[in-house]
Amino acid sequence: MVLQSLKNCLWLSCILRTPKACFWSTATGGLIIQSVSNDVYQNLAVEDWIHDHMDLEKQQVLFLWRNSPAVVIGRHQNPWQECNLRLLRQKNIKLARRRSGGGTVYHDLGNINLTFFTTRKKYERMENLKLVVKALKALRPQLDVHVTDRYDILLDGQYKISGTAAKLGRTSAYHHCTLLCNADKFVLSSVLKSPYKGLKSNATPSVPASVKNLFEEDPSLTSEMLLDAIAKEYATQHQIDHHITVINPADETLLPGISNKTKELQTWEWVYGKTPKFSISTCLNMAYKDSVLDVKVNMDVKHGRIEVCNIDLPEQWLPQGLYSELVKSLTGSKFCPNETTTLVTTLLRVCPQDDELHSRWSLLCENMITLM
Amino acid sequence: CIHRVRSCSSIRFIKSKYVCVFDKSALKFSHQQRLFRTSAVSCGQIVQFKLSDIGEGITEVTVKEWYIKEGDSVSQFDSICEVQSDKASVTITSRYDGVIRKLHYSIDDIAFVGKPLVDIEIDASKGVAPAEDVVETPPMSHEEHTHQEIKGHKTLATPAVRRLAMENNIKLSEVVGTGKDNRILKEDILNYLAKQTGAILPPSPKAEIVPPLRKTETVPAAPKDKARKIPVPVSRPIAFSGKDKTEPVTGFQKAMVKTMSAALKIPHFGYCDEIDLTQLVQLREELKPLAELRGVKLSFMPFFIKAASLGLLQYPILNASLDENCQNVTYKASHNIGVAMDTEQGLIVPNVKNVQVCSVFDIAVELSRLQSLGSAGQLGTSDLTGGTFTLSNIGTIGGTYAKPVILPPEVAIGALGKIQVLPRFNGKGEVFKAQIMNVSWSADHRIIDGATMARFSNLWKSYLENPASMLLDLK
Repeated sequence: MVLQSLKNCLWLSCILRTPKACFWSTATGGLIIQSVSNDVYQNLAVEDWIHDHMDLEKQQVLFLWRNSPAVVIGRHQNPWQECNLRLLRQKNIKLARRRSGGGTVYHDLGNINLTFFTTRKKYERMENLKLVVKALKALRPQLDVHVTDRYDILLDGQYKISGTAAKLGRTSAYHHCTLLCNADKFVLSSVLKSPYKGLKSNATPSVPASVKNLFEEDPSLTSEMLLDAIAKEYATQHQIDHHITVINPADETLLPGISNKTKELQTWEWVYGKTPKFSISTCLNMAYKDSVLDVKVNMDVKHGRIEVCNIDLPEQWLPQGLYSELVKSLTGSKFCPNETTTLVTTLLRVCPQDDELHSRWSLLCENMITLM
Repeated sequence: CIHRVRSCSSIRFIKSKYVCVFDKSALKFSHQQRLFRTSAVSCGQIVQFKLSDIGEGITEVTVKEWYIKEGDSVSQFDSICEVQSDKASVTITSRYDGVIRKLHYSIDDIAFVGKPLVDIEIDASKGVAPAEDVVETPPMSHEEHTHQEIKGHKTLATPAVRRLAMENNIKLSEVVGTGKDNRILKEDILNYLAKQTGAILPPSPKAEIVPPLRKTETVPAAPKDKARKIPVPVSRPIAFSGKDKTEPVTGFQKAMVKTMSAALKIPHFGYCDEIDLTQLVQLREELKPLAELRGVKLSFMPFFIKAASLGLLQYPILNASLDENCQNVTYKASHNIGVAMDTEQGLIVPNVKNVQVCSVFDIAVELSRLQSLGSAGQLGTSDLTGGTFTLSNIGTIGGTYAKPVILPPEVAIGALGKIQVLPRFNGKGEVFKAQIMNVSWSADHRIIDGATMARFSNLWKSYLENPASMLLDLK
């Protein structure tokens, strides 16, 4: 037991900015850590790691992090419903699914994330948000910010500057929230608008809100200042040193098992495969030669894969054998443009080599892919 | 009496997987075991596991995902389901070991705090109060902190695991736990046993993880088995816990199955050769900086592709297509040369269009575009269709000679091995260092004969062995 606490001291003394004596002996009530990484998957993995491995009885933890451009959806949400996936792919904006509930948010370096780790018993979201508001008011007393009963923080009574989500496990819990300092509102509104029509699902919907950056209210504010103010308030309330410990989420010796957690968060099975079952019922308007064809499409998607697929084509537009081959191949495959493209182009190799047929096939497939 | 009942119950839970391990005890208690078995089905007590308090005064939640189904066995602390309430996602874990007998809700139903969530059939030996265990452990508290004290150490392990350890005379303090919170799992006991008997078990991926900050204060000792004397018979076989995994063939794989089945209907013949790339290697070194100035990385592929196109001009049958009934051969005008790419999904073959009118640099630019789209998973349908001839540079991964499969509706394909530095004799009979690459061609023997393939290959080879000769024929 003595050996273990010495080991812990050594670990911490490596990462603290100023060397400290034995960590356990100070019996602090809290720990403030900040991530050096801007990778959304690495930072979400740190949350998982702390949730699974840290003993929060002795001390609570505040985790501060920022991400390079990413859209983060809630645990039980549908990415097709929540954001413009085509735009995300074009702009190389990452898509992540977090483990907590709630709605979709856009992250960039102008948005800060705060995670409050406590034991399950001490889980208390309102207290945490009041702490944030207190910190903001201490920094800029003239700011009109308050907490709503939906656990949002509003600026000037109308603009949302913070959204909240939480995860509860067997013995520990965390509550995280965002804070808009200076995020790109233009990108935010364009990526969070879904172009996909005809979706029906029981996934948690997001509640859209007007947002505003704190920077717009007071241009002297920066993300660093906000992080520091919140850390200071946390330190005061937990009676600990105002000291931020910096951690590197890629450090496997510090956080054993973290790279597996990071990898899991990036898998297709997690990001897309965890989407609750949904259906699509829409109409493709395909311009072919001199006319426009209205093609009704109905699909059921479960675990991100096409379970049922019906395409209502004009009679004999495609040979029956080819049509059923297409439907058979799509069934069970991922609801993903890349997978579908490779699938349909590969199938084309075994079709009769007819230019007319090929152009019809390509037209149909390209239109189908726009649904994904 | 209690001891006997416990052994029987351990057989009940574990016998399906680890029968061999319990042979000894099974023999001893066969009489009781038989009695137990006949009444096993009905003697388990059904306990209604209620949804516990979420906090913040919440009374109802929505069930979002089940991790188990009716009939599954669960251990204490296993995840049962995921529920959501007002932006909070909660993982509900089992309080008991047992078998799930009933799920009270479906996905998207509203579940109520304090009302039953699942029915679990637990072991009858646990007595009327299911939360209590007959063995020397304190009753489970409402917060589910179940640190079982064993000889002064706090070790997390379910009652079933503890029984398994006890049956095999294993000290839990000597076993490394690899479960959540350093919990000792059944697999950990088996691994420990295997180390004793020298049996080979499949590697456990989490075995080495020992996080510095842990919930328990135990120091899990690595099983130092040299000094330890456990009376374990050497011949006892350990149950292999690996399982076969069957997955349906879907999506892209299904399409590949169809394509490859069609491909193998084509009568293939092969032709292989080795190419001396010494001069080309030197040429590329000279041209690389020029290409970089223009913002493109120059590999060997653009040269291979252009040389192939020059060859196809002389032997257009290799750029043709045979119709389904083998009635007509269509000589394709465009040289759309496909380049096989290895991606996460598997093999994809985008093609460079109209190589016959492209310069080596044009090809390099287009290849670069296709490669970055390919790795991002963003290739379009036009990039992936219309190919007439394919080159597969398997040498980047390794290998020398290969037997490539023709991709219909094409009639020929070439596989390029890796470039090796090998000793060769020159015209004067001297040994020199040569950069050698092997090529393996496959062609459709219905319309292409060996001589045509050989002549094409020789022409292609001559362009690459003496790159200056390409200048003569470039259009």
